[in-house]
Amino acid sequence: MKVSELIKKCSFNVLNEGEGSDREILAPYCCDLLSIAMGRMPADSAWVTVMGNINTLAVATLADASCIILAEGSKLDEPALQKAKEQGITVLATELPIFDAALMIYQEQHA
Amino acid sequence: MNNDIIVMTYEVPADDFTRAGEASSSVKGKLKKMGVNPDIVRKVAIAMYEGEINMVIHAFGGTIDVIVSPEEIMMILKDQGPGIEDIELAMQAGYSTAPDNIRSLGFGAGMGLPNMKRYTDDMKIESILGVGTTVTMRVSM
Ligand SMILES: Nc1ncnc2c1ncn2[C@@H]1O[C@H](COP(=O)(O)OP(=O)(O)OP(=O)(O)O)[C@@H](O)[C@H]1O
Ligand SMILES: [Mg+2]
Repeated sequence: MKVSELIKKCSFNVLNEGEGSDREILAPYCCDLLSIAMGRMPADSAWVTVMGNINTLAVATLADASCIILAEGSKLDEPALQKAKEQGITVLATELPIFDAALMIYQEQHA
Repeated sequence: MNNDIIVMTYEVPADDFTRAGEASSSVKGKLKKMGVNPDIVRKVAIAMYEGEINMVIHAFGGTIDVIVSPEEIMMILKDQGPGIEDIELAMQAGYSTAPDNIRSLGFGAGMGLPNMKRYTDDMKIESILGVGTTVTMRVSM
């Protein structure tokens, strides 16, 4: 499933649509601790987290996540939104808990 | 890639989380443009980011030199921070002295140094208490 299809199929809010929306999603990945995500998240993951600060954006770019999904109603702060625009990273948001958001992505991928 | 040796130098500002990661992002972009293998670019980006963030959180910023040769990419991260008292302990997964305000940003898992070791082919830490820390990492081409 591509990032653009994820945007269409799941009812997530689009906070920023990046350049890579025809990127293929490998699988959802969940973790809020940055250096664990950095070390363990496979490239092209759809990263589900509650951390919406600028460091999330840096980790997503450097570890090659395909997009970020902010769960539990988490917000992107202003510097993070600027960074998302600058780096062309797709950031989506949902009120769903982390597990439910990741499950929804998984189910759409395997539908 | 040609046979030239390319040196990139970055200043890492103290306490500035909004800029932390910029040096690593810049190096990642440049290596990509040079046509370096994407797996190697990813390793360098991850290891360098962890080192860069450590300089911001645990020291007072510093300088990073990245030396790209046909054989390897070498990163030298130098700070004049407080130094690391027990390097073996600091290298253990889960060990962190990050304060609460830093943890609330998502840092402090104690995985930065272990990631740096894991994603590079060679890593050396030299540290003197009260003087500073130099971390040298190499990733082979
Ligand atoms: N440049 C440095 N100067 C002084 N101390 C450092 C430096 N780098 C690391 N340390 C010490 O080593 C510890 C472990 O570092 P490590 O990067 O593994 O974890 P962390 O930075 O605390 O958390 P994480 O990287 O998982 O967000 C730090 O908590 C700190 O005490
Ligand atoms: Mg660290």
